Amino acid sequence: MSAQEAANVPQPASFEFTPENLERAKKIIAKYPTGKQQSAVMPLLDLAQRQHDNWLPIAAMEYVARLLDMAPIRVREVATFYTMYNHAPIGRHHVQICTTTPCWLRGSDTVVDACEKRLGIKLGETTADRQFTLAEAECLGACVNAPMMQVGDDYYEDLTPETTVNVLDALARGEKPKPGNQSKRLTSSPEGGFTTLLDTAKGSD
Amino acid sequence: MLADKDRIFTNLYGQADWGLAGARARGDWDGTKDLILKGREWIVEEIKKSQLRGRGGAGFSTGMKWSFMPKQSDGRPSYLVINADEGEPGTCKDRDMLRHDPHKLVEGCLLACVGIGAHACYIYIRGEFYQEGSNLQRAIDEAYAAGLIGKNACGSGYDCDIYLHRGAGAYICGEETALIESLEGKKGQPRLKPPFPAFCGVWGCPTTVNNVETVAVVPTILRRGAPWFASIGRPNNTGPKVFCISGHVNKPCNVEDALGVPLRELIENHAGGVRGGWDNLLAVIPGGSSMPVLSKAQADTIQMDFDYLRDAKSGLGTAAIVVMDKSTDIVRAFARLAAFYKHESCGQCTPCREGTGWMYRMLTRMAKGKATMADIDLLDAVTKQIEGHTICAFGEGAAWPVMGLLRNFRPEIEKRLGQQVKQAAE
Repeated sequence: MSAQEAANVPQPASFEFTPENLERAKKIIAKYPTGKQQSAVMPLLDLAQRQHDNWLPIAAMEYVARLLDMAPIRVREVATFYTMYNHAPIGRHHVQICTTTPCWLRGSDTVVDACEKRLGIKLGETTADRQFTLAEAECLGACVNAPMMQVGDDYYEDLTPETTVNVLDALARGEKPKPGNQSKRLTSSPEGGFTTLLDTAKGSD
Repeated sequence: MLADKDRIFTNLYGQADWGLAGARARGDWDGTKDLILKGREWIVEEIKKSQLRGRGGAGFSTGMKWSFMPKQSDGRPSYLVINADEGEPGTCKDRDMLRHDPHKLVEGCLLACVGIGAHACYIYIRGEFYQEGSNLQRAIDEAYAAGLIGKNACGSGYDCDIYLHRGAGAYICGEETALIESLEGKKGQPRLKPPFPAFCGVWGCPTTVNNVETVAVVPTILRRGAPWFASIGRPNNTGPKVFCISGHVNKPCNVEDALGVPLRELIENHAGGVRGGWDNLLAVIPGGSSMPVLSKAQADTIQMDFDYLRDAKSGLGTAAIVVMDKSTDIVRAFARLAAFYKHESCGQCTPCREGTGWMYRMLTRMAKGKATMADIDLLDAVTKQIEGHTICAFGEGAAWPVMGLLRNFRPEIEKRLGQQVKQAAE
């Protein structure tokens, strides 16, 4: 999302951490050397986003700036540089499909199609019931389990159009589908059984 | 093929317990105190003798990198920073180490800290690796609780703190100085070198930045000895290495094998071969998306180590192999990669910020059949205007794949554009 689009988003007047999150924030700040509290800006923005329905209002950025004794613009710079901060409300389930070349070679286009059909929206859009936001993602680092998508904090890998729809159906029913491979092999091992580490092999089930 | 007894990552697939008990059963944290007590010089010497080269892409000698760190502090503390910002398209090896063998990394961080004279280590993990980060944090907590790290680590008298720092989505933070900027709470824009991080890194202090795999193999090297590690592969290209095999193979997977293994053997032994057979191979990216693509003729005989691939005008990079069979629209495949680099350019240097956009638009035009023959030379010229004209190696990383495409597949592109011109004329 461009800064201009974000500028049209209705903003809450204020933001502050819940007492629990303030405790968490203090622990995070303590990880860094004295006087280097600015290093905590990324984890604190993440914490703020998680507290605020998964998007970062301007008030939250300004709050984090005060907490860390930073100029507000320095926080805004960080918040707009990294892709994981959302600057406008998103759906309950943030579905991000990796379409970079290794996933594309394995059929990420079919996963995008399946999502668009099942949800009735295009990439970059949110469903009317605000349950799903669909997005294209750059390489998510699970290339040998391509194609894959990330929903919230979880990876769903080794997808087919069918298993993609199964995951979305389960989410729509309010369930949490089992993250990881939607195929039968164990994590990143070769399908059909190990070729190495044979004494430890349990392999695919 | 590498024997199972010589593999380092024996829980690569998460087939066993990744926690402390499981790690100990696999031999981790065994005699760590004695290794620490052998001292800083011994550790650096062993790593030099093992000829370990960095596993993050550049392949620089790890022992030499460590030896750049100040022997005597001028008052500033030294830091170890682990680059776990894995995001090079095709690469997913660190992910398996983080989620399935995190104690190898934690123990490696402790020993590397001793090697460079640091008492604090920050592990910078990409934000999307949420579950992997959770496993790693649990491993760190377990190690603290067991007295393995923290004050008087392993009862050695050495203090060493290890912290996890999560990124928030930026490929460029895998570049070491961008990572340092990011760790300081800024935009991840690379710094000019010199000064090098060993002199002035995070918070202005001497810093070593190492890849996950580089540091995770250190405890095993120190336990089994440098000669063991150096006996695998060939001189200056030693040790086992985790390869990621993705794309058009029958069984994509991660696998640990010896450096120098022939590419064909690697793909056929572990990944079930190329889809449709070896002769159906069109092209291979051998080291993550930033490394120039190889033609089938090159892939027939190539061996997977740093120097072989450098001599083939490509590179081992992260050892992420992306296989493309003859059904691939190779121009589209590279247009998509160009989109990646355009998206991930930090925007600091003009040749990269603008050039990645140029390459993306021209390749997309070619893929859609709306380019002219003159565009091929123009594209070639753009790659050369980026290469070598930027602060960091991202410029090369974005330009080299396109250069490799033009070097090895120019006739294919010309044929396609020729057909378009002909069709347009009719």
